[in-house]
Amino acid sequence: MTDETATTTGAAGTEVAGTEAPRDDAASTGVQDAVTAAETDGAGPGDGAVDGDDVLVTVEDLKVHFPIKRGIVLERTAGHVYAVDGIDLTIRRGETYGLVGESGCGKTTLGRGLLRLVEPTGGRVVFDDTDVSTLKGETLRKSRRRMQMIFQDPLSSLDPRQSVESILVEGMRAHGLDSGKESTRARLVELLDSVGLPESALHKYPHEFSGGQRQRIGIARALAVEPDLIVADEPVSALDVSVQAQVLNLLEQLQQRLGLTYLVIAHDLAVVRHISDRIGVMYLGSLVEEASSDEMYAEPMHPYTKALLSAVPVPDPTVEDEREQILLTGDLPSPANPPTGCRFHTRCPWKQDTLCDTDRPELRDVGGGHRVACHYAEDILAGRITRHEVEPELVHPDA
Amino acid sequence: MALLDVRDLSVVFKRKGTRPFTAVDGVSFSVEPGQTVGLVGESGSGKSVTSLAIMGLLRKRGAEIGGSVTFEDTELLTLSDKQLRDRRGRDLGMVFQDPLSSLNPVITIGLQITEVLERHRGMSRKEARVEAAELLDRVGLPDPQRRIDEYPHQLSGGMRQRVLIAIALACRPKLLIADEPTTALDVTIQAQILSLLSELVSETDTALIMITHDLGIVAGLCDDVNVMYGGRIVERAQRHDLFDRSRHPYTHGLLQSIPRLDAPRGEPLTPIRGSVSDNIEWEQGCAFAPRCPNATDVCWSEPPELKADDGRMLRCHNPVAIGDAVTEGAL
Ligand SMILES: Nc1ncnc2c1ncn2[C@@H]1O[C@H](COP(=O)(O)OP(=O)(O)OP(=O)(O)O)[C@@H](O)[C@H]1O
Ligand SMILES: Nc1ncnc2c1ncn2[C@@H]1O[C@H](COP(=O)(O)OP(=O)(O)O)[C@@H](O)[C@H]1O
Ligand code: SF4
Ligand code: SF4
Ligand SMILES: [Mg+2]
Ligand SMILES: [Mg+2]
Repeated sequence: MTDETATTTGAAGTEVAGTEAPRDDAASTGVQDAVTAAETDGAGPGDGAVDGDDVLVTVEDLKVHFPIKRGIVLERTAGHVYAVDGIDLTIRRGETYGLVGESGCGKTTLGRGLLRLVEPTGGRVVFDDTDVSTLKGETLRKSRRRMQMIFQDPLSSLDPRQSVESILVEGMRAHGLDSGKESTRARLVELLDSVGLPESALHKYPHEFSGGQRQRIGIARALAVEPDLIVADEPVSALDVSVQAQVLNLLEQLQQRLGLTYLVIAHDLAVVRHISDRIGVMYLGSLVEEASSDEMYAEPMHPYTKALLSAVPVPDPTVEDEREQILLTGDLPSPANPPTGCRFHTRCPWKQDTLCDTDRPELRDVGGGHRVACHYAEDILAGRITRHEVEPELVHPDA
Repeated sequence: MALLDVRDLSVVFKRKGTRPFTAVDGVSFSVEPGQTVGLVGESGSGKSVTSLAIMGLLRKRGAEIGGSVTFEDTELLTLSDKQLRDRRGRDLGMVFQDPLSSLNPVITIGLQITEVLERHRGMSRKEARVEAAELLDRVGLPDPQRRIDEYPHQLSGGMRQRVLIAIALACRPKLLIADEPTTALDVTIQAQILSLLSELVSETDTALIMITHDLGIVAGLCDDVNVMYGGRIVERAQRHDLFDRSRHPYTHGLLQSIPRLDAPRGEPLTPIRGSVSDNIEWEQGCAFAPRCPNATDVCWSEPPELKADDGRMLRCHNPVAIGDAVTEGAL
């Protein structure tokens, strides 16, 4: 569904009612604004909790907007999907950053924008002190070696006509890592071994493997070029429950052994909590909360996070019988037509009459690096504001 | 007297040029009115085939069906197609994983419901329309009066699933079969649908067969749980017994391999080794033997029978010792 060439070539940003910040109108000119905004704005990255930490990736006000084309003969842009709409985050070297949120909230697009597999509409990505948003041609290609991606569906991401050997060698060759026949061979065996596959796998084809084994091949392919960062997009969601744990354990072992940094995207909150050091929760193109994995679970502050965590069934009847759920009404609004103010206000059980539907809350540090984008986070935490009923609004999927 | 009694159900797919494939093998369970029974297992374990066989939806599909399916004293497997359709329309409802492909894309959702009401409850067109709007309201579709004339593609996945539930409820079924009804949905929408289902079950005394691969869903919803592996039931227990101390090595292994949201972080997961592709044939021994930590010689040569043991049904030569069973916090 996603398209490599889907760049948003600076198509004029459409008016979106209620957002107080002006949208960046062109693909590249947004960068400068973003930098200044980040510098002047106290909640920007590079300060607060991450100060002094070894940061590998900094994402500043990243935006990826997809134009909506209408008309067959005369294509015109009928609007935009605000898939990623102003995200600030940092990923420290050696950590696992987990990204969660409902389908369509922009997780994959953020991951792809970060790797520049899709051209961002605005903002920038700094990888190990290099601004990758401005890289072009050969330098961009070279920088890609250090950032690799693992996909959800291992079968569709592996070329069925290529043997495992040729899948693995391809990336190595592209980055000049296939130094000699002997050493390449040794490296291939080492790679397979590190993901728990036998040497005999080299001459087999993807369809000859089970889902879990294919995901191991996908991981080996990513490792082949010795990356620093791996973006894993739903790495276990296509796998059987009994096999998920094998792949999760493998990812953890590899991280310890190779010092890898992960951005793990998943919709399964239990998986994300298990594997992540820190977690970011996305809703309609923005981060609504970010905290350490333990803190996010122990004290979620954003109403959306609270609802999300309360909705996860736990395989324990005793816990289930007592689980207090915050049931949200209605559906996720369309990212082409996001609500004004706080994007969650159409479903928020804590919504207030002031601010919520007019002002877009900033992601701000509420202490200890726990960041929340809610006007009333403290009041909710202290119990000064309580939950109420919400009338569901129907959302048209193609609106 | 059980509402539904499935005895020794087997489904063998026979296609020219391929070996016959036994998808479901000797499955027996029963469902009482108002009871929720779970069928869990990983993909390919035979859950959907079981439910399709019960509903008579595998006829003319090259499937050989054995055993018996009794619904209120009527043997469903030997009914004529017409008799079965009638019975299904009146008493059995089904909700599938993918609502879009089970709804007719060119007919409004209202008509898809009124059709059922006119045919099976003998309502006039006008009555049916009023009832349809009520059903849509009942399943939580906002603004049903207006939505009733919309087409499936105009609704989100969660709303489509509600429409499907409304259709299934239209005939006031005594038994509802839900096959992975929330697998395609987001967790917040899943929570809405699950609470809707459990509300319906408790208010109308409808029996529910819940098919899922998600042990969390089963833990909260089902009275009795059947765990399937390779087309057979390997463990059946009341939900507290199953989760508090699973005795079958497969169930036990599953519970140890899934990360739990409420588990302390940093505890490593204990995966089950291998994958279903390592299974051996049940005729040979225990299909799970190649992956089982408890396997002994007998497991490779003698198929285990499903037997009553420790207040449950177990298909295993060497069940997990009671002391070793998963207890709370052990994950
Ligand atoms: N190439 C594209 N062209 C137009 N719209 C796109 C494109 N890629 C993604 N989108 C839209 O951007 C939004 C975010 O999509 P994205 O794939 O990032 O979501 P996601 O959070 O990864 O969802 P999921 O959990 O379903 O994978 C969606 O509305 C999607 O339809
Ligand atoms: N129409 C069919 N023809 C042949 N094999 C089938 C057919 N339908 C299902 N199967 C096989 O039967 C087994 C059980 O399938 P199914 O009941 O769909 O599993 P699940 O537990 O995931 O619902 C699988 O191995 C599947 O490939
Ligand atoms: S800002 Fe208002 S609408 Fe948004 S999450 Fe907070 S309370 Fe809810
Ligand atoms: S019968 Fe043997 S192989 Fe099968 S589950 Fe029991 S112990 Fe394991
Ligand atoms: Mg995605
Ligand atoms: Mg199925």
